[in-house]
Amino acid sequence: MSAEGQGRSHWFDDEAGPVVRPYAMTRGRTTSAAQHRLDLIAVVVAESQADDPEADSTLSPEHVDIVDLCRDAPQSVAELSAELDLPIGVVRVLIGDLVDGEFVHVNRPVPPAELVDESILRDVINGLRAL
Amino acid sequence: MIFGRSERGKPPVEPVTLKILVAGGFGVGKTTLVGAVSEIRPLRTEELLTEAGRPVDDTSGVEGKRTTTVAMDFGRITLREDLVLYLFGTPGQERFWFMWDELSEGALGAVVLADTRRLEDCFAAVDYFERRSIPFLVGVNCFEGADRYPAEAIRQALDLDDGVPLLLCDARDRESVKEILIGVVQHAMAYQADRRQTVTT
Ligand SMILES: Nc1nc2c(ncn2[C@@H]2O[C@H](COP(=O)(O)OP(=O)(O)O)[C@@H](O)[C@H]2O)c(=O)[nH]1
Ligand SMILES: [Mg+2]
Repeated sequence: MSAEGQGRSHWFDDEAGPVVRPYAMTRGRTTSAAQHRLDLIAVVVAESQADDPEADSTLSPEHVDIVDLCRDAPQSVAELSAELDLPIGVVRVLIGDLVDGEFVHVNRPVPPAELVDESILRDVINGLRAL
Repeated sequence: MIFGRSERGKPPVEPVTLKILVAGGFGVGKTTLVGAVSEIRPLRTEELLTEAGRPVDDTSGVEGKRTTTVAMDFGRITLREDLVLYLFGTPGQERFWFMWDELSEGALGAVVLADTRRLEDCFAAVDYFERRSIPFLVGVNCFEGADRYPAEAIRQALDLDDGVPLLLCDARDRESVKEILIGVVQHAMAYQADRRQTVTT
């Protein structure tokens, strides 16, 4: 099963990016109690009547960026990570903070593969055809 | 934060989101395939990892650990305002399987891209999806200069189950990639119908 067992210490290559340290903005946290492993396609929705996040001194500029993006349109966790150029683990922590502060809520993609409604799958097929 | 929570404005559309994975060896065309249909430029997201190659998921002593990032391809197709399909392309090597574990959870299905010059590069992916009962389709990316083999020969070389679709494709071509994705969804549908049958009888 291990076809390529060369050097454990050099496991990163072209497919891996630069070596970095966890970001200070999460204050070293990499998980948030409220959000255990948020799915990459969970959708983050801004609460329309929330306070101005910029007025909250406990929030970082990155928190504010997330709220701003989600106010334009609900965004998946993966999109936020890509858009803000932050690792997914970091984005998850920031989203957890924003949920705690009631700036956003998260819609989890509940249906695991076996439960996806057949009519939705038909819509997907038709949607792809129409692209 | 107490003000007006009950009188929110017009609620934004909160779409149903689905995902399809794109797996395969290095250079097989994953990034190209995602880019051919994605409405956003092919973004790459990154995951924070420990040096041992596992995602960082405990809060203790993280600051001291060296971490690295792993890129994955990421694309979006808005089918309707309330229906969005995401594509995730992940490196095929076994050491990235922890990412597949996360990505495959709740995935609709998967595309395994194969290059006939290096078929063995996709063995691991085929194996992975078979074991986890994730519906997948094999897309044979037809590079110029690669010998053409009959589909049956490729199926045999990959030891594919009869039920697994195999299509020839060109990852650079939008129509071809659309066909591949439609094939995955159709296969996932048939797969689910099968499962329901098994459960109810
Ligand atoms: N001829 C041909 N070239 C392709 C095809 N798909 C990808 N390529 C090329 O193969 C190279 C590797 O593709 P890439 O998408 O980066 O592979 P990845 O490592 O799986 O993401 C690129 O130079 C592509 O332009 C294809 O269907 N036909
Ligand atoms: Mg690539």
